[in-house]
Formats: sequence, structure tokens, C-alpha cells
Amino acid sequence: MTTKVVVVSAPDLSTAFKLPIFLERVPAGFPSPAGDYMEGKLDLNQHLVKHPAATFFVRVTGDSMIEKGIHSGDLLIVDRSLDPKDGSIVIVVLDGEHTVKQLEKRKGKLRLLSANKNYEPMEVSERQSFEIWGVVTNVIHPL
Amino acid sequence: MPLFALVDCNNFYVSCERVFNPKLAGKPVIVLGNNDGIVVARSNEAKALGIPMGAPAFKYRDLIRQHDIQVFSSNYALYGDMSQRVMETLQQFSPELEVYSIDEAFLNLSGFTHTNLTDYGRTIRSTVRQWTGLPVSVGIAETKTLAKIANHVAKKADGAFDLSVWQDRDSLLAGVPVEEVWGIGPNHARRLKLYGITTALGLRGADDHWIRKQMGVVGLRTVQELRGISCLALEQCPPPKQGITCSRAFGKPITTLTEMREAVAAYTARAAEKLRGEQLAASVLTVFLTTNPFKDDPQYSNTLTLRLPVATDATPELLRVALQGIEAIYRDEYRYKKAGVMLLGLVPVGQVQANLFDHADRERSKRLMKAVDSMNVRYGADTVRCAASGLTQHWRTKFTKRSSGYTTDWHELPLVHVN
Repeated sequence: MTTKVVVVSAPDLSTAFKLPIFLERVPAGFPSPAGDYMEGKLDLNQHLVKHPAATFFVRVTGDSMIEKGIHSGDLLIVDRSLDPKDGSIVIVVLDGEHTVKQLEKRKGKLRLLSANKNYEPMEVSERQSFEIWGVVTNVIHPL
Repeated sequence: MPLFALVDCNNFYVSCERVFNPKLAGKPVIVLGNNDGIVVARSNEAKALGIPMGAPAFKYRDLIRQHDIQVFSSNYALYGDMSQRVMETLQQFSPELEVYSIDEAFLNLSGFTHTNLTDYGRTIRSTVRQWTGLPVSVGIAETKTLAKIANHVAKKADGAFDLSVWQDRDSLLAGVPVEEVWGIGPNHARRLKLYGITTALGLRGADDHWIRKQMGVVGLRTVQELRGISCLALEQCPPPKQGITCSRAFGKPITTLTEMREAVAAYTARAAEKLRGEQLAASVLTVFLTTNPFKDDPQYSNTLTLRLPVATDATPELLRVALQGIEAIYRDEYRYKKAGVMLLGLVPVGQVQANLFDHADRERSKRLMKAVDSMNVRYGADTVRCAASGLTQHWRTKFTKRSSGYTTDWHELPLVHVN
């Protein structure tokens, strides 16, 4: 496994989503409500979006990446500033359509893999019109 | 030596559409302005087919069908978001950046002399391309005016051009028509041509006194800039606003005073909201209306400027004056295409001159406006609005071929098929 798929419940990222963080150890399962203990806020945007200018959200339909935890209806976080590496999950443009694949870079050869037994890997030659649109960093999957 | 880069997005609106719709690559594409009226952006393929900028779309219906030209309504939410992404991406390349328009920015590259700036320009170009998907051109020179020219060259070359190290500058400037020089409007261009000045090179060599007499200090500055003497610095803070305008063409012609009042009321409310956003108050208000000059209908247009007793930012006060104005210039029996409101004589809210005979409760009105604005921010534009602006708003601007809010609406994210 080269790509870690983080599955979280779907937050509304349109606003900064903040939860209080308690730096002091909480001895019982009951944190004190006193504000003195609050030392900062956790911001999901900050955690999930490292390059806001280059980050886009896309919605998935279909099941060819299911074994990577990408389900139909999920939201993907795509960071275009990252360089795709061997094993990266990427958004590619194939024949004028966006799709999701795992990139395999070996011995100078490029292959696009699906994460579903029913789909064959695709060899891509330099000549084929194909473009890597961005690197998927996270999948947001509602439970 | 000062050095500037002008970064300009190529065919910006069309390029934004292409990022999310890869099928558009290589096809002729145009984007239309409000009400799908005139052409506001063209892909290179559409330019090659001879569709001019600003052309009324209906005049090119046959050509559009014949060549299967892809037509889009303006998607300003998308373009605004993509513009911000470009500007944010550019910030890593210079400590000083001036956002000049939605698709152009100047960078200060003074002191970057140790680097090969053509290469630097190429890096800027490839980074913006990778981060946002948008193609840009980068022109570099010692003045902003020359950087604009360098950018034109870059567009035709491989996307980055450094004029400051170009050997044969004269023949390059000789190839630039004078009307393409930044700051030379059509009127000046016409006058200059009468005196035989037809290119940037000719303008650069013009006599200072003569230029000053013909085109004033501003014209002289342009000439100096062509000579490589930097007169225009980066403007990082936008200059204070001269006026705030809200004007739109109607989705369908307005033929009744009731509808006209609604439209003007809605525009006034919007302009007043912008006014408060900038912490300004207006002392003068102008209303205007016009019929459609492209139609054979009887033509009428008129403007009326009214002075407010005390500069104000309160919607109800501005509304009263705007409606009074529009009623005064409205004439029956015309089909109106457009109306608008301009707020002028702007002063910072804190500096409003009081009037001895002013009895309005300004504190109360301020609290009301604050409440209205924050509700509209929280629950969406126009949640709370003045009844005068109407409930149905049949006249609203049309965007029939608008693409999705790919980056601005959770319900319209790009779809990826994984099959």
C-alpha cells in the first residue's frame, strides 16, 4: 500500500471548521468546560488543504477505485501543486474526461491502475493524449 | 534598475472553462457577457474564425453553428475564484504584487538581476499552469509600460519574454502600433497618427514639450516609460474609490414604471451594500436608463444626478432619492434594456458633514443596515431586501449557458467518472 486513504466524516469545509483542543491531559472522560484549558483550535481546512490556491474538490461517480476506499459519491481533495509519484492516486484527463487512477511509474513506463479486480491496468504511451490534472490527497467519505 | 513583470492570463474566461471541461481543448470557444449579449472572451480558435471582441452574439449565430463554436454565459463566481488562485500562486515569486485586473498582475522583480529572468518567467508560467491549470504569459522590462509590450511579445513567443536584455529594442518597438501602447486611448492614437506617429518607437522619440501640450503630464509619463525611465510604481493598495456603480442589462426589456422602480431599487440596495462594505458614504446619486441601441425600437436614454442633503450610507435614504430620480426620467412607450445607479461624492463615514436641518436618526439607521448586511452575508444575498425591489424580479439578468460553480458551490463540484 503506497497511498494512505484517510476516511473522515464529511465536514463542511466552506467555513473554517474548528474544534477546541485541550493540551492538558484530561484525567477522566469529562473535560472541564473552563476556557483556561483551551489552548488552540483545530482547523480541518488547515489539516487537509496545504496549498489552498492549488486545491480543488471533486465528486466521484463509479466504483473502479473502490479497493482504495474511494466510493461513488465521495469527495476527493486534489492538490495540483504536488508532483505525481509512483503510487500516487491522480486525477487524469483521458479522452476529454476526468477520471481517477493510481499512477505506476516503473522503468520509464507509465501505467494507470484501477483499484477494482474487474478493471485492467492501462499502459499509456507518450503519444496518447493524457494529462495528469492533479494528485488526490484525501477522500472524504460520509459514513 | 527597477524591473517589472506583467503576468497576464491568456483568454482568461475561456481558459477557466477549459480547466473543468477538458473536451473544450482545441475547440473554438466564446464567453458572453451579461444577458448573453456580447462576446467578452474568445479562444485562439474563435479569434482565428474572425469573431471580434465585443461583438453582439446574435450577429454571429450562423458562424457559431457552422463551426460548432462552444458558447458559454459568464460564470463570474468561477472566474473570481480562479483569479484569486492565480494571484495567490504569484505571491511566491515576488515580495510585491499589484493585482491590476481580474487576469493581470504586475510583480516587482527589481534586484532579481542575478537570475536569468526569461527562465524565471518560464518558471512562473509553468507553476501557475500546474497549480491552477491556467496558461499565462510573462513580460519583463524596466517599466510597467514596456512590461506590457513585452507581454504581447511573450504571447506570440513561448510565453515568457525579457525585454530588458533584448538587443534589438528599436525594431521591436517599431512593430508595436501606437494604439497598443498602455495608456494610449483611441483619441490620442488618432491625434498622434495625424502627426505621423504610428508606432511605439515613434512615440518614444517624440518631443517632450509637444507631448506635454498634446497629452499632458500623463502622456509624457508614458513616453518616459517607453524610454525605460520608470514613472509608474506598483500600486499595492487600490486608490480610493471615485464612485460605486450598479448597473445591469435586463433579462427582458422593461416596459412599465413598476418594474423599472423595482430594478432601480434592487441596484440601489446593492450599491449601498458595496458602499457600506468600503466604509464610505455618498453625497451624490446618479440614475440612468436606456433602450437597446441594437434594436430598431424607438430610442431613449436619460440620466439624472441628485444631491443628497447629508452624505449617507443608509439604503432607505438612497432609495428615496433614486426612485424620485428614476420617476423623473422614466417615459412610457419605450422598451428599456438597461438602468443603473451611481453613487458619487464618496467620503469616509467618519468624515460626514452634519447638516443643521437633518432630523434623521442616524444611529438607529446604522444599526438597521448592519443587521441587514450581516443577514445577507449569512443566509445568502438578498435574503432581506427592501420591498421596493420587488418579489418576482422578471427583469433579472439572464445567464442561460452558464457552466457550474466548480469551485464555489458544493452542489456543483466537478464530477469524475471512475469506470
